Amino acid sequence: MPRQLNIGGRRGPGGPGQHFGASAKMPEGGMKMVKRLFGYVTRNYKLSLGVVALCIIITSVTTLVSTLFTRTLIDDYIVPLTQSATPDFAPLARTLFTLAAVLVVGIICSYVNNRLMINVGQGTLLRLRTDLFEHMEQLPIGYFDSHAHGDIMSVYTNDVDTLRQLIGQSIPQVFSSTITISITFVSMCVMSWPLTLLVLLMTSVMIFVTRVLGNRSSVHFKSRQQNLGAMNGYIEEMLTGLKVVKTFCHEDEAIARFEQYNEALRDSSNNANREANIVMPVNGNLSNLIYVLCAIIGATIALKSPLGATLTIGTLVSFLTLIKNFTQPVSHLSQQINSVVMALAGAGRVFDLMDATPEKDEQACIRLVNAKKNADGTLTETSERTGVWAWKVPKAEFNNIEGKADESDHKDANYGLIQQQGEVDFTQVDFSYVPEKQVLFDIELDTDAGQKIALVGGTGAGKTTITNLINRFYDIQDGRILYDHIDIRKIHREDLRRSLGMVLQETHLFTGTVMENIRYGRLDATDEECRAAAELVNADDFILRLSEGYDTMLTADGGNLSQGERQLLAIARAAVANPPALILDEATSSIDTRTERLVQEGMDHIMEGRSTFVIAHRLSTVRNSDIICVMDHGRIIEQGNHEELLAKQGKYYQLYTGKQID
Amino acid sequence: MKQFKTASILTPIFTSLEVVMGVLIPYVTSWIIDRGIMAGDVSKVVLYGGIMLVMAFISLMFGILSGRFSAYASTGFAYNLRDAMFRNIQTFSFANIDKFSSAGLVTRMTTDVSNLQSAFQQILRISVRAPLNLIFSVFMCIFINTKMSLIFVVALVILGTALYFIISRTVKLFAQVFEKYDDLNNSVQENVQAIRVVKAFVREDFENSKFRKAAENLYKLFVRTESLQAINNPVMTSVIYGCIIALSWFGAHFIVAGELTTGQLTSLFTYVMTIMNSLMMLSMIFVMLTMSAASGRRVAEVIDEKSTIFTPENPVMEVQDGSIDFKACCFSYGNGEYAIKNITLHINAGETIGVIGGTGCGKSTLAMLVSRLYDASKGSVLVGGVDVKCYDMDVLRNEVSMVLQKNVLFSGTILDNLRWGKTDATLEECVRASQLAQADEFIEQMPQKYETMIEQNGNNVSGGQKQRLCIARALLKKPKILVLDDSTSACDTATDAKIRRAFREEIPNTTKLIIAQRIQSVQDADRIIVMESGQVNGFDTHENLLKTNKLYQEIYRIQMEGEADFDSPE
Repeated sequence: MPRQLNIGGRRGPGGPGQHFGASAKMPEGGMKMVKRLFGYVTRNYKLSLGVVALCIIITSVTTLVSTLFTRTLIDDYIVPLTQSATPDFAPLARTLFTLAAVLVVGIICSYVNNRLMINVGQGTLLRLRTDLFEHMEQLPIGYFDSHAHGDIMSVYTNDVDTLRQLIGQSIPQVFSSTITISITFVSMCVMSWPLTLLVLLMTSVMIFVTRVLGNRSSVHFKSRQQNLGAMNGYIEEMLTGLKVVKTFCHEDEAIARFEQYNEALRDSSNNANREANIVMPVNGNLSNLIYVLCAIIGATIALKSPLGATLTIGTLVSFLTLIKNFTQPVSHLSQQINSVVMALAGAGRVFDLMDATPEKDEQACIRLVNAKKNADGTLTETSERTGVWAWKVPKAEFNNIEGKADESDHKDANYGLIQQQGEVDFTQVDFSYVPEKQVLFDIELDTDAGQKIALVGGTGAGKTTITNLINRFYDIQDGRILYDHIDIRKIHREDLRRSLGMVLQETHLFTGTVMENIRYGRLDATDEECRAAAELVNADDFILRLSEGYDTMLTADGGNLSQGERQLLAIARAAVANPPALILDEATSSIDTRTERLVQEGMDHIMEGRSTFVIAHRLSTVRNSDIICVMDHGRIIEQGNHEELLAKQGKYYQLYTGKQID
Repeated sequence: MKQFKTASILTPIFTSLEVVMGVLIPYVTSWIIDRGIMAGDVSKVVLYGGIMLVMAFISLMFGILSGRFSAYASTGFAYNLRDAMFRNIQTFSFANIDKFSSAGLVTRMTTDVSNLQSAFQQILRISVRAPLNLIFSVFMCIFINTKMSLIFVVALVILGTALYFIISRTVKLFAQVFEKYDDLNNSVQENVQAIRVVKAFVREDFENSKFRKAAENLYKLFVRTESLQAINNPVMTSVIYGCIIALSWFGAHFIVAGELTTGQLTSLFTYVMTIMNSLMMLSMIFVMLTMSAASGRRVAEVIDEKSTIFTPENPVMEVQDGSIDFKACCFSYGNGEYAIKNITLHINAGETIGVIGGTGCGKSTLAMLVSRLYDASKGSVLVGGVDVKCYDMDVLRNEVSMVLQKNVLFSGTILDNLRWGKTDATLEECVRASQLAQADEFIEQMPQKYETMIEQNGNNVSGGQKQRLCIARALLKKPKILVLDDSTSACDTATDAKIRRAFREEIPNTTKLIIAQRIQSVQDADRIIVMESGQVNGFDTHENLLKTNKLYQEIYRIQMEGEADFDSPE
């Protein structure tokens, strides 16, 4: 299939330029990549591929037989028949039956080959996709920060697709072309070596010409990719900002700029395609030239020279037929090289994603379990949800945990339990997303179980970063974060996150029903539990007003809901998870006051009785917090409760009273 | 299409000539064999060889020419397509934009056009080559030997029927496959975007199994489709081989009877191959057409979309003053519900009007009707005493400057961005506007001040800074009416207050329409419109509304007890 599928994904501007830069020549470590890719394809399909190889060989032989049959037909049957007075067609009929049998075998083999390759190709792609996806799910958040989403997407769409063509078409074609060439070459040698030499010579000219043309067009192809990237970037920018363009009556300027990009792209694609389009006619007619040369020289040899005996007319005729069998796959192969190189560049990006370092969890040894509180105050691990959670700690690990001792009933010899309480402490924490730009400085924070901690401060002060460190979206460079006195790196990451419900400021919903989106918080929640959660956080009202209530399908990130409604769903999602501790990002003013109040009430409901970190914007939230951290440029500049901070007459006082002035 | 039309016409012509040559060449080769080699005449071989070379050379020339023109035509086709789309999109009204969504338009202009371009190029070459090859080859066969060509007729009928059944079925399946494929990619995209949610809820395994299921379904569908398609090949080769055997059998008889030469038989063999090859290509075209049909439809939708708003004939070219009137105005986004219900009100030139109300109450809609971003469904909107529909659109929009809620900056320097408001604005004018919008202060702190590069989407400035730049940009138009749609939400209250004070003092004659969530942002306005579900609930001063308007009182109460300014002081 010639069509390059790339629906859904787009490269960001500049993306293609970088990526396709490597396409002109073999990417670095090309052979390694070929090997790796080959290994990837063959891993599960050794038997199939063996059968395929066999089938390709048989098919090539039968094709050759059918081509050479012309010679047998003319030399052995037709010529004698014409000379015979009483022509007997019976032997010819027999031979034709034999031929038919051979050809049927060829057809069957060719079908088996194609059919198997579908399984191999699609199967490999299935594995490639799922491997890619599963690996991607393990990557740290930092990976998604540093890679444009469009680029990640284009690995799934464009690159996997080029591999589809490579695995499904190019590889088998290269293989069968090679076989055909070798078999044809051998038979040509057998028929006449001087003519074979001539063909070889001319074929090398053909390869040479193809390469020269290929190189010339690849320069243009590169500039085409760059222009395409630039133009797509411009389109994206202008169409995203289309409403602004309209309000500023900037349409004509936009069109003028666009036409420049468009023309540059047209010009370079025209150049690239023009060069590429020459290859086919040149090769085709070079092979005509080879044919004529062979005919003339062959005829001279057969008829005039002393070597004539070695070359019968029948042989010459079949030789001439073979020439196309030889030059065509050679020309295919030399054209195939470009697409193989392109595909390898794609494979490189696929493997880059697969090789990206996943989130590390090396030191983790502690799990979160449901627990039951016994009469004597000890804890027993249980499989049901009790609402009491405990950290399951290897006995040896207690040495590293200060101020906490085993609270279990001591039935398990290897593990002890510590009740989960949600006490988070920061000690001298430094953090930077990128090495040269530190964003958090020397964070010190002591909390007690069940406290509500408010983070307050301007954009870029580091509030969100602190919450991202607690659930290990990012790992700290320096210092320590303790959770119930346990270093968070010792806790299995998924258990750490399971213990912390999270409502992010930017709400993301998934394609599916409202119910499914709420259930995302806890997969085994019943419909009733999901409804109860929605009611708890005031989401029930608007959901029931939707056309199909809880069964309303949400698409495109909940595009059919308002910002506030989406946030309510996100809170409901956290509520149904019923986590022991919470991280909340309060809504900002992008939603209206009434919905905001619903959202806030919802948040208040789920904060009740839980240790909570809240990025706060609202006075009442801040005032009711046990600890308020006022942040500025990556530092906690003030810390304390409302009264203490007011008494301090510092930044908090300023923020608090600033409102009063207005 | 104009300048590329010639190329689009020349391509098939040159291709046909190339094809004619290509078809004639095997005929000449039959002469080489019959009259040269078989007859033992080397000079004839040289003669016909020479003829063949000349033909090959001509064919080469035509081939190159057709390649050149097809490249020119297909890239020109894509150029025109994009140009037509982009131009038409620029005429779109907001209603048109909403219909397609910005992201949707981007995909249509990039991915879909690329798909169409490659399909066009292929089709341009193949759709001429394949049928011509077929016709000429059949013609040559008939010319060589009419009786023998009956074999082809039989073969073609068999093949045609078989191909028709296979292709018509695969085409349908392929359409399904691509739909599933899109879904799969969408789910990847969703995951990439929502990766924080996935990780926060530890749903990696859940997402994995979801994805695996979808990928496996796609796999099954793909295998089914391709397997069906794979039948094509054996069917075709069976027919070819059948032809070869039949040709050999009957050919032998004809040669013995003296009705056919061996050379002609070999050329017949060649023509069999050509015919089958062209059939194969033709079947490819069908598959290709179905694959690009979806893209074609999506592109055509954009090009055919008619803007719902345009400048009338003999438009009014001057806006008298900044007064605004709504007369029994209703508006619906076309979903059957009215976003604005029967609003009648009058705003004097130079007044500062606050607009407040819940999400979806129609605040933004109301404002957008003023600069005719949407047309009122019923009733009318008057600016400067004239119906907005009578104005030249550019004139109206330059006098009614709108700062949108979802605003964007464009890549370029700060100055470039500001000059959107006024193309020839001097640096002083820009600084002045920035000062009014309280943006000058932070711009001066930037390393390159007004020459600082803004990244795409304004990613290197904070939300509040972006909003202030957007206000400055709108101010540069020196409009008679300025509409701020929740444009200071990311600024702290102090800045917000400063901006409003600057407006009051520096541009007193401009009518200001300030839409806001916070009462503080509107309480010092001359009058405040309180909106609820598309209707005006109250329209009065802050003090009066506090006394008389229940809704306003409620909003005020909630905000006073709930809201503090820990939002984003910068």
